[in-house]
Amino acid sequence: MSYTTVVGLEVHVQLATQSKLFCRCSTQFGAEPNTQTCPVCIGMPGSLPVMNREAYQLALKTSVAINCEIPAFTKWDRKQYFYPDLPKGYQISQFDLPMSEHGWLEISDPKDRFEPKRVRILRAHLEDDAGKSVHDEVHGRADSEIDLNRTGTPLLEIVSEPDMRSAAEAKAYMQELRLLLTHIGVSDCNMQEGSMRCDANVNLHIDTPDGKAATPIVEIKNMNSFRAVERAIEYEAGRQYRVWQETKQQMGDVPKQTRGWDDAAGKTLGQRSKEESSDYRYFPDPDLVPVLSTPEEVEAVRASLGDLPADIRRQLADDHGLSSYDADVLVNQGREVLAYFFNAAEKSGDYKAACNWVTQDIQRVLKEQEQSIDEFSISADQLADLISAIGDNRLPKSRSKDAFELMLTNEIDVAAAIEKLGIEQVDESALVTLCQELLDANPKIVADVKGGKQQAIGALIGQAKKKNSNVDPGQVRKMCLELVEKM
Amino acid sequence: MSITEQSATESLALLKQGELTSVELTQAYLDAINARDEQIGAFLRVDGEAALARAAEIDQRRQAGETLGELAGLPIAVKDVLCDSDERTTCASKMLEDFRPPYDSTVVAKLKAADAVLLGRTNMDEFAMGGSTENSAFKLTRNPWDLQRAPGGSSGGAAACVAGGLAPLSIGTDTGGSIRQPAGLCGVVGLKPTYGRVSRYGLVAFASSLDQVGPLASSVEDVALLLATIAGHDPQDSTSLDAPVPDYLATLNKPLDGLRLGVVREHFAEGLDAEVEASVREAIKVYESLGATVKEISLPHSKYAVATYYVIAPSEASSNLARYDGVHYGYRTDVAKMISDLDSERKELEETDDKEGLEKLDTPLVRMYRRTRDEAFGPEVKRRIMLGAYALSAGYYDAYYLKALKVRRLIRQDFDAAFAEVDLIASPVTAEPAFKIGQMADDPLAMYLVDLYTVSANLAGLPGISLPCGLSKSGLPIGLQLQAPPLAEEKLLRGAQMFQAHTDWHKNKPEG
Amino acid sequence: MAITRDDVEKVALLARLELSEAEIESLTTDLGQIVGYVDQLAEVDTDHVEPMAHAIELHNVFADDVVRPSLPREQALANAPSHNGKGYLVPPVLGD
Repeated sequence: MSYTTVVGLEVHVQLATQSKLFCRCSTQFGAEPNTQTCPVCIGMPGSLPVMNREAYQLALKTSVAINCEIPAFTKWDRKQYFYPDLPKGYQISQFDLPMSEHGWLEISDPKDRFEPKRVRILRAHLEDDAGKSVHDEVHGRADSEIDLNRTGTPLLEIVSEPDMRSAAEAKAYMQELRLLLTHIGVSDCNMQEGSMRCDANVNLHIDTPDGKAATPIVEIKNMNSFRAVERAIEYEAGRQYRVWQETKQQMGDVPKQTRGWDDAAGKTLGQRSKEESSDYRYFPDPDLVPVLSTPEEVEAVRASLGDLPADIRRQLADDHGLSSYDADVLVNQGREVLAYFFNAAEKSGDYKAACNWVTQDIQRVLKEQEQSIDEFSISADQLADLISAIGDNRLPKSRSKDAFELMLTNEIDVAAAIEKLGIEQVDESALVTLCQELLDANPKIVADVKGGKQQAIGALIGQAKKKNSNVDPGQVRKMCLELVEKM
Repeated sequence: MSITEQSATESLALLKQGELTSVELTQAYLDAINARDEQIGAFLRVDGEAALARAAEIDQRRQAGETLGELAGLPIAVKDVLCDSDERTTCASKMLEDFRPPYDSTVVAKLKAADAVLLGRTNMDEFAMGGSTENSAFKLTRNPWDLQRAPGGSSGGAAACVAGGLAPLSIGTDTGGSIRQPAGLCGVVGLKPTYGRVSRYGLVAFASSLDQVGPLASSVEDVALLLATIAGHDPQDSTSLDAPVPDYLATLNKPLDGLRLGVVREHFAEGLDAEVEASVREAIKVYESLGATVKEISLPHSKYAVATYYVIAPSEASSNLARYDGVHYGYRTDVAKMISDLDSERKELEETDDKEGLEKLDTPLVRMYRRTRDEAFGPEVKRRIMLGAYALSAGYYDAYYLKALKVRRLIRQDFDAAFAEVDLIASPVTAEPAFKIGQMADDPLAMYLVDLYTVSANLAGLPGISLPCGLSKSGLPIGLQLQAPPLAEEKLLRGAQMFQAHTDWHKNKPEG
Repeated sequence: MAITRDDVEKVALLARLELSEAEIESLTTDLGQIVGYVDQLAEVDTDHVEPMAHAIELHNVFADDVVRPSLPREQALANAPSHNGKGYLVPPVLGD
């Protein structure tokens, strides 16, 4: 028997506003508990919400970027439940008329573990965040402490259709979404700080002798990294298969279950849920007014987005001859690195070389030094110079890494690095003389080459370097072969 | 005539001319409160010292020649539902008995900026839910015209203090008639503005899409004065109307030429008290004598207004009052006792091996919520929370809540059609004069039906005013209601002033 | 629709009210009466009528994204029935 894992994701993204969704308290992460609250976000009697224009704009931008349709009319509803971190007793969210619906996001895997696919997006809506409860897990009955700093932070909830068929696809969807959202600057999508959160709805479609069977859907919560999303779904799929083998329970046989991911234990654990808690009694929030938008406004937002990661990948592959793997790796480095790359590539005219430098050496250094590209000491212009120097043979390819290291450690440009390396141009006649001398001194090698063993030349390259450290190994090889031919 | 029998406008003129000080005026009202409020019970709290200090400060500033606010030196009473950072705001509920808001409502801030002297906080039905002020958790307010009768509600204290001569100006709130109905029953003038005309910021919500703050006073002129102060756009209230506030006082005495007065066919039906009907018809005749054309109109959906209201208002209330859970402010039950009760319940269930009972047993947190709310809310508040939660719950939403929203639009469309033909609509405020305290205690539905003539204006967002137009044989005031299209307060006030300029009903005062 | 005692108990949990026996009984009667009255709405033809959630229908009301000072923490917590100077305290929420 075989099965397919079916995954739909609900992703919450914190929008990068300065102030909260319905009041003007700061959204800065990491402040002392309860220092960023006011009557509105504490839900004090008499306080009223007023929507943050920027939050709506960022949500709109995101919706357009994920290819959603933007209805002309949208409104906000109250989702009612009691919890200490929800001081109003309701969350302001969107129920039946969300601000965007029916979008999609393309995902692919550079390692080709799955076919590229379009994951449909059911809807995206704007809502306010709850606060945090700090539980005293050691003392059991001790009180919980509530911090309302996060209460009211704008969230965009992006709900996918159940279109993913593996943990790897789910992870790729999350990564692509983060890439897109950070690219357009609507969120920092930091999973550790909770500015990107994800719940996964998972079940299995199992092939049985009697046809297909679907296991009950389980919602997984508490996944705080991309790796966790992948592991949790993998674990859950295995768990559901074991449960199905035991119980043969299908969708509809039991109520939808919620399980929390325990990263340390590597397991999902059942969470207690009250039957009544699902009756949220949504109704339109009378304190907030609807938002109308025109096709012109939506078009203006679309135009302001510029090229999105998927477009850039295509351009790199189609217009600049990069492999789709390279294009993908490059685009995945994010907007700043990409801008750096484009600077260097356009200036040097060599996209492939710029790509190699950026995705290999520069990435390595950034990782080692824990730097961002803005802090990197070689500017894009300097990298372009380095690429050009190699291209027009001012710098032998064999010494390019040395030059790069010198530029980096001494913060000098490529000309200075070439000089420091003592590299001088070896002119053609000097190279001919040198190669001829070597061939004359090694008749055996000449004979071998004539006999078809071209690789025998290799032995001469080392000798040539000893005589003149500035010679380029490639040029030596080429010249020797040419001379042998004439001999 | 004693100082407290002057209108606010008269007092203001004397203050400006230097013939009266704010301290004298404030002291006169404090004396009246001392003398009579023990019987009437209009105020929940009066801070005489603070009021006199404030009055003295304003007098000083006036002497120093400073420019003062438009209500400078006038005492005013505020319903205990508007946040004031210098005061408790209790909503006449045990839930908020000790709540001290860290901020001013926009209306209170405007009153302070206008240099009014805040006298104290008036009694009301708990969270403004009720029509008799009997639902206050703290005290009973009596109708100054007959102490055995209710002043109406929910702004019962606000109306009674004006009727009793305890304050010249008073702020109330109106969700289904809560200004107009007590004004009518207490023989004073009360105006509910267009929804959004006055900011709701800092008004503790009952039903957000219906609540409006408005003025009460003993004359239309005083009401216009106070409305001008509190009206206006507020960026802190998303539902606030961004429209200029006309100079209501400047045009007040200009009669409405060619006034077309609508009389609603459905209003004069079974259940309307004969004396009330006679007084209202008499008032309409006054308008005719002043040149108005009276036109019979129909509001075919008005008979559904109370039903519509009692779905929408409780639904919103059930949500607005969810925040009172004993966590962030307000009352909390005795947690130690609650935990110990829960433990003994659990023990009992374990002993009888009642698995279902154990499964259903509240967690400590849920029990804290439930007990806190049960202990701190009064019966009417609980009734409405239950009604609203029911109307919004799965399976009933479409039949009740959504249906009511649709009927609401039909009610509004009736008005739109009517106002194409008439300028103002005249009607009774209530079907009967003031009722006896306790008369409707056991019949919530009968109490709800008192709102028959007033709820439509809230559902449709229209302004309405209630003004005295008669006295019953037993000496109880009878009110006339005028309603106007949205933002037509100027017309409404002028229409009301036409009546008062030619009648003396508003000059009647209760004995005492 | 008739209101049953079971309805009242369910709604009481939704609304977080711990009702006494007497309250459950009187509310079953009261709500039954009121809902019975409200049921007359069913006779109104509301086909093709848009719901009206606001008394005056505005749209697109926004505030600028500018941070303003928050409440000092002492003031934020001042009305809390139980706090430790840093946060609001509640009975344990674990297992809820």
